[in-house]
Amino acid sequence: MLAWTIYISFIGVLVLMLLPREAARAARIIALLTAIAGCVVAFAGAIQQSNPGEVTTIVKVPWIPSLGANYFLAADGISLVLVVLTGLAAIAGILFSWNVEKRTKEFFAFYLALIGGVYGVFLSFDVLLLFMFYELTIIPKYFLIARWGSTRKEYGAMKLALFSFVGSHLVLIGLIAAWVVARAQTGHASLDLLELSKVSFPLGFQHWVFPLVFVGFGILAGLWPFHTWAPTGHVAAPTAGSMLLAGVVMKLGAYGCLRVAMVLFPEGVRMWQGEIAALAVIGIIYGAGVALVQKDFKFVIGYSSVSHMGFVLLGLATLNTIGLSGAVLQMFSHGIIAGLLFAVVGRMVYDRTHTRDFNDLQTMQLGKLLPFAGVTFVLAGVASMGLPGFSGFVAELQVLMGAWKVFPVATILAGLGIIVGVAYILRAMQKAFYSDAPPGKFGHDHPLEPISVPERIGAVMLITASLVIGLFPGLLLNWIQPCLNSPLFERLLKGGSL
Amino acid sequence: MNYLQVIQLAAPETALTITVLVVLAVDLIVLRGQTVEQRFHAGMLVSIIGCLMAAILAFAHFEQGNLLNGMLVVDPQTNFLKVVLLMLTIFTVLISASGKFTEHVGEYLSLVLLGTIGLMFLVSAEDLLMIFISLELASLSLYILTAFNKRNARASEAALKYFLFGGMSAAFLLFGFSLLYGLSGSTNLPQIAASLAGRGPDLLLLVAIVTTVIGFGFKVAAVPFHLWAPDAYEGAPTPSAAFIASGSKVASFYILAKILTLGFGGAEGSAVWHGYVSGWTPVIAIVAALSMVLGNLTAIVQSSVKRLLAYSAIAHAGYMLLGVLANTPSSHSALLFYVITYALTVLGAFGVVTVVEAATGGDALANFAGLNRRAPGLSLCLLVFLLSLAGIPPLAGFIGKFFLFSAAGGADAEHLGLLWLVILAIVMSAVSFYYYLQVLKQAYVLDAAADAPAIKVPPVTMFALVLLAALVIILGCAPGLLLRHL
Repeated sequence: MLAWTIYISFIGVLVLMLLPREAARAARIIALLTAIAGCVVAFAGAIQQSNPGEVTTIVKVPWIPSLGANYFLAADGISLVLVVLTGLAAIAGILFSWNVEKRTKEFFAFYLALIGGVYGVFLSFDVLLLFMFYELTIIPKYFLIARWGSTRKEYGAMKLALFSFVGSHLVLIGLIAAWVVARAQTGHASLDLLELSKVSFPLGFQHWVFPLVFVGFGILAGLWPFHTWAPTGHVAAPTAGSMLLAGVVMKLGAYGCLRVAMVLFPEGVRMWQGEIAALAVIGIIYGAGVALVQKDFKFVIGYSSVSHMGFVLLGLATLNTIGLSGAVLQMFSHGIIAGLLFAVVGRMVYDRTHTRDFNDLQTMQLGKLLPFAGVTFVLAGVASMGLPGFSGFVAELQVLMGAWKVFPVATILAGLGIIVGVAYILRAMQKAFYSDAPPGKFGHDHPLEPISVPERIGAVMLITASLVIGLFPGLLLNWIQPCLNSPLFERLLKGGSL
Repeated sequence: MNYLQVIQLAAPETALTITVLVVLAVDLIVLRGQTVEQRFHAGMLVSIIGCLMAAILAFAHFEQGNLLNGMLVVDPQTNFLKVVLLMLTIFTVLISASGKFTEHVGEYLSLVLLGTIGLMFLVSAEDLLMIFISLELASLSLYILTAFNKRNARASEAALKYFLFGGMSAAFLLFGFSLLYGLSGSTNLPQIAASLAGRGPDLLLLVAIVTTVIGFGFKVAAVPFHLWAPDAYEGAPTPSAAFIASGSKVASFYILAKILTLGFGGAEGSAVWHGYVSGWTPVIAIVAALSMVLGNLTAIVQSSVKRLLAYSAIAHAGYMLLGVLANTPSSHSALLFYVITYALTVLGAFGVVTVVEAATGGDALANFAGLNRRAPGLSLCLLVFLLSLAGIPPLAGFIGKFFLFSAAGGADAEHLGLLWLVILAIVMSAVSFYYYLQVLKQAYVLDAAADAPAIKVPPVTMFALVLLAALVIILGCAPGLLLRHL
């Protein structure tokens, strides 16, 4: 059933392509209906799955026998979490791009193609298939940003596309090498993730191939120092684009790190565990520090994404159940919160004021002009800081708890990163919405379009999601934790058990 | 041997030869007074019918045989390749319809068909003499096709360059062949291999290897024998360039692999990292590495799309050479899969360039600006072709690369000895994404001048392009359809 999330999205693309060019309204509605249908299927499929700890096959048919590749879609609890996240983010993104007037149907066609690819990655249990969906997302990303973006959009789009492509090619080298070695060892060709995970690759081989694949995926997860595509890409992208980039695309990278790199090469992870943790902590602190001094509102959020994704990577590096489940939870939480922050900055503020410069925003007193935007930002901001009650808190707390057992120093440094996180959110909040600077050239005589209904719905939806998970984290942890105790992760976690 | 057997085994080639005569006759006798367009359509119809008949003969004829000690070898694989070559010719003819480069329709079409006949014989040859003769038949047709636009000085320059380089490489090839004959006393590939076996790499054999590689390196446009390619691609009428890049590539790679694996059977040597043994694989490894690096890096700075495709062709030749040097059964079929899908894709790309050139008067990057608005269908086809060349899934180019690289990587699975070449290829293919994206950026991101009219695509060409794009997608999603024939 879950496979229909992929098919529905691509059917939506086809329908949109057949629409006449002028039918902007129809295009929006079709896109929204497609996204809702995808989300409903995702939820229904997730609830239907009786045992989230097990990899449940959705469809498995032979595809390229000579390579051992199957068309193999399946899901376990971790896939479910991310599929549900994708469903929510897809709807929210469309609600916040209701005002796209330029070439609307093409915009949504690329958008849905991206969503379809993302669903595909989260549901593939054949590494070739996973890789294909992973690369499939690059093209829509590029065109969404280059065509509908703002600030240096062609540069940002090209940078993102090239970083993604280089990353995926690092992964490709690793996959081909792993395929060759596994075939030589077992005597038959296979690209099945479950089968490959049972192969013990030689230690020397894991030593060089693991970092290749991990960094290849990590580039998209905002792994420092390969994160530089993220701020420029986020800033250049249209609102829905940055929501998806931060919300789900960065998760593709982290998911690939966990699902492919770490599961296939468990000894490799242990050899590089410390390095990964170090890079993750640098990313947390660096991202937060840079966010603190930005002049552009959107860059603040862009760098905050790098910082928060650092927690995901730190969680992955802990190699214990609590750290890993924190990492997955943080993927979900950050997907929701970053989406909301980008929605406020890009759609609610920038599309109305046409500036993101704090010096200009300071003089506008947006807190009074756009109270809804102000309140939304405050809520999203405190969620992002990690206030108890919101999803960010439980996620980051678990990551830190997991990390404390393995890397106490790194944990303390990451805790410092959280404090800086409070500072940059407060600064942004104050400068953008609640400044007491005297009204400037954009004063009250310049009426702003009121916050529209789709925006309100989208904002409420995302805040609710973050609150629900913050208050009842068990909803997702019941999916995640059984997975981590499953045979698939056994070799990975046996060294650093709870 | 009796002549009936020759006719039977060479039935497809015979049918095509008759078609050549018919095309010429129809054009020169019947259609004298008609407009160029009408003559093109009539000639196209005759050529396509001829090609289809030849293809049916090749496909339906299960006769196998080996005539005159390797002069004409027919088996299911060569027959399948002939069908592929004929299909590529049909597509070439179809995209020629929108070119406005000549009034000599009959001559043009018959030269395309003659070139195809040469390539078909080439595929069937296992004898040095026959290989050389069919190669020359194909090459001479290609030289003339390159020069076909008489009003364009660049075409003449390109053709002259192509011809001079070609003549020289033919000389190298003959020199190598003569050495081989002297060493082994035979012109038949398996017999050469048998008498060279156990001989070990000596100087004469190495010279024979190097000169043979030079000769074919020119045909497949591999560095450092590539210098003619960008000029020829740019100056030649676009459909001719498409033919050079597609059909001629398929046959040349097939025969190159055959000569090296069959004829130099005992002299492989080894290109394994830290395990170098002299023979033909190290020579090919060097040529492959140079082609991948130089082709991709030079393509980045091109502003003419045809030159860009030429450099990308050089780079792709580098990838394909990996399939040659891996020298395992799976790498052989991976090579054929790659070269066939590449031919289909590049034919499509040149088809789009032909239309854009006819409508805007040039093939510079800027001529593609706003193509998405001016011709949405055409631009979608271009998207498919270029992304396939870049190796984006789920298109044929990606799965071809995966086959090729995994076969090359698997050739020495114990030590992953060829992995250095695979890594180089993958890194370079990441570079290539940039320049393909440059073209697509023009088509999809930038706007055309405000008064630029919509581009009218001739229905015949559009039909061919859509068919090619569909093939590229289908072969990417279900590669088994093609793979099981190889």
